[in-house]
Amino acid sequence: MVRLNLLLLAVLVLCALSLVTSRHQARKLFVELEREQARTRGYETEFGQLQLEQSTWAMPVRVEKIAREQLRMQIPGPRRIEVVPGEASR
Amino acid sequence: MRGVSAAQKRAAPVPELPRFRAPVVFGTLLLLFVVLIVRSLYLQWIDNAFLQEQGSSRYSREIDIPAHRGRIVDRLGEPLAISTPVKSIWAFPGQVEAPPEKLALLARALETTPSALAKKLADANDFVFLARLVPPEVADRVAALKIKGVHDQNEYRRFYPAGEMASHIVGFTGDRDVGQEGIELTQQEWLGGKPGSRRVIINRRGDVVEDVESIRAPQAGRELSLAIDARLQYLAFRELKAAVELHKAKAGGLVILDAQTGEILALANWPTYNPNARNRVARERMRNRALTDVFEPGSTLKPFTIAAALESGAVRPSTVIQTAPGSLTLGPNTIHDAHPHGALTVEQVIEKSSNVGAAKIALSLPSATLWQMLSDSGFGTAPNTGFPGEVAGRLRPAKTWKPIEQATMAYGHGISVNLVQLARAYTVFSSDGELKPVSLLKGGGVVAGRPVLKAETARAVRHMLELAVGPGGTAPKAQVSGYRVAGKTGTAHKLEGRGYTNKYVSSFVGFAPASGPRLIVAVMIDEPSAGGHYGGVVAAPVFSTVMGAALRTLGAPPDAPVDNVILPPEGSAVREET
Repeated sequence: MVRLNLLLLAVLVLCALSLVTSRHQARKLFVELEREQARTRGYETEFGQLQLEQSTWAMPVRVEKIAREQLRMQIPGPRRIEVVPGEASR
Repeated sequence: MRGVSAAQKRAAPVPELPRFRAPVVFGTLLLLFVVLIVRSLYLQWIDNAFLQEQGSSRYSREIDIPAHRGRIVDRLGEPLAISTPVKSIWAFPGQVEAPPEKLALLARALETTPSALAKKLADANDFVFLARLVPPEVADRVAALKIKGVHDQNEYRRFYPAGEMASHIVGFTGDRDVGQEGIELTQQEWLGGKPGSRRVIINRRGDVVEDVESIRAPQAGRELSLAIDARLQYLAFRELKAAVELHKAKAGGLVILDAQTGEILALANWPTYNPNARNRVARERMRNRALTDVFEPGSTLKPFTIAAALESGAVRPSTVIQTAPGSLTLGPNTIHDAHPHGALTVEQVIEKSSNVGAAKIALSLPSATLWQMLSDSGFGTAPNTGFPGEVAGRLRPAKTWKPIEQATMAYGHGISVNLVQLARAYTVFSSDGELKPVSLLKGGGVVAGRPVLKAETARAVRHMLELAVGPGGTAPKAQVSGYRVAGKTGTAHKLEGRGYTNKYVSSFVGFAPASGPRLIVAVMIDEPSAGGHYGGVVAAPVFSTVMGAALRTLGAPPDAPVDNVILPPEGSAVREET
């Protein structure tokens, strides 16, 4: 009877200790999860800012200005256009 | 009894205590214990809410989970409105404790002066925003100063990359990211996110250590695709602005419709405003004139008169109408042509835009027939885009028309329309007689419209509209290199108060390629005051530039040789008065 009780006591102590460790593990993992979620939010913020930046760089006004002024591009006049008939119209 | 006898030995004689004293003391103490026990039982089981709350507030918190507002994108996915997270810095002035040098650093981080910051803190009693909607980097710099009583909170700020070009369609959001104008307002349900919240346990440093429960899951806003094509929108805006400035006009509007699906590919207005910096913008600049303002369309309405006459069999395209001597008197009123033309076929009435011809044709019809035609083409009913404040225009019932009104209606006076309505009505001619529904949102593809005309009538009118932009018509400047174009000018006197003035609304509506229409472009210039006022001079060139560039952008195959543009010699172009 006494031996059984001692055994049960040992099991109980083990259980208690494992509860403590798993609880601690859970907390640690949770802190990690929180950190990752914060990073996700950070990336979302960055993504939004990059999207904005991209659309600012790609503003038609700016593209047109660069095309006209730096690259000296222009719309060709009618005499410089040759229309190649496509498959459908041949 | 031994204790008593021993005490009696040591300290005798003891004065006799009243006999009731011990029970009273004992009873009192017992009563106090009972009171304590009852109170504690009461607090434990009955009135436990307050203490529970106080207890849990020491370690558990309810945290908001912010939800994004959905993006608005154009039909190709280019962003037109994006929400990005920003922070607002706030403080409890009474709790702010910091040495002056730290406050100076805070002021510098917030890009203000220390005295302005001090004033802000002194003026408020309990809560004050030090800076609203600042970039996260600024908030990080503020947080690094670790000033007691200064906090930040997450918010979203809406940015509009297309700025003033698309502001009338997209609209903007107000406080707390709620739509206030335009699509942002009408699609609030779809775009708006619902913030969630959760309960967590925090440790003494304020870090979250455990999730207890999710109270409300956050619901992010959904993305919305508009029918707008940002490239065409830019084109429309650029050309409209240039034309309004060139002709020193009061206002202007330009609409591009997809002729197959009725989607609004571009809608530009001038004047406009920048939704990213709209402090002190006059309400008047915010109006989406193309949908909320009406005007008398003038000659752009003539094709509908002719269509009604053709449809009822009253005339054929080759029927000759005598328009000499260039005026028509009805009772006290006289209708004039800008230039007398003599005998014209019905086709030529459109080509030369003769008021007298159109009036005579209209007078040969029962008023109900003309009314039915205009009503079926969508005049007098709102275009149903779902845009806030769109108007129906005015089309009076046929029974109330006097003959002079029926005659002026033939060339677009005595009726009012908005620009989107007018562009939409031309789907009747660009398709084989179907009125297409218009939409601001991206749709699935070709839609069936409501049949209004017989296919042969629509084709006949389309041919007349091609003549109108030919070298003998009123709008040779609307021609586009490489594409066959069909369209009609309008030059309407403005109605002010009780009569017509010498101010004009110049307009042009047309579509191309005429062999298989892809786009409808409607241009309206309000009160041009320099460089002419005729629709063929003011609005037609805008149409030509926009249509040509738009068709090239969309890669529409040309249906005419590139040297098809034939302009009449200077000074001989046909002008029209309405």
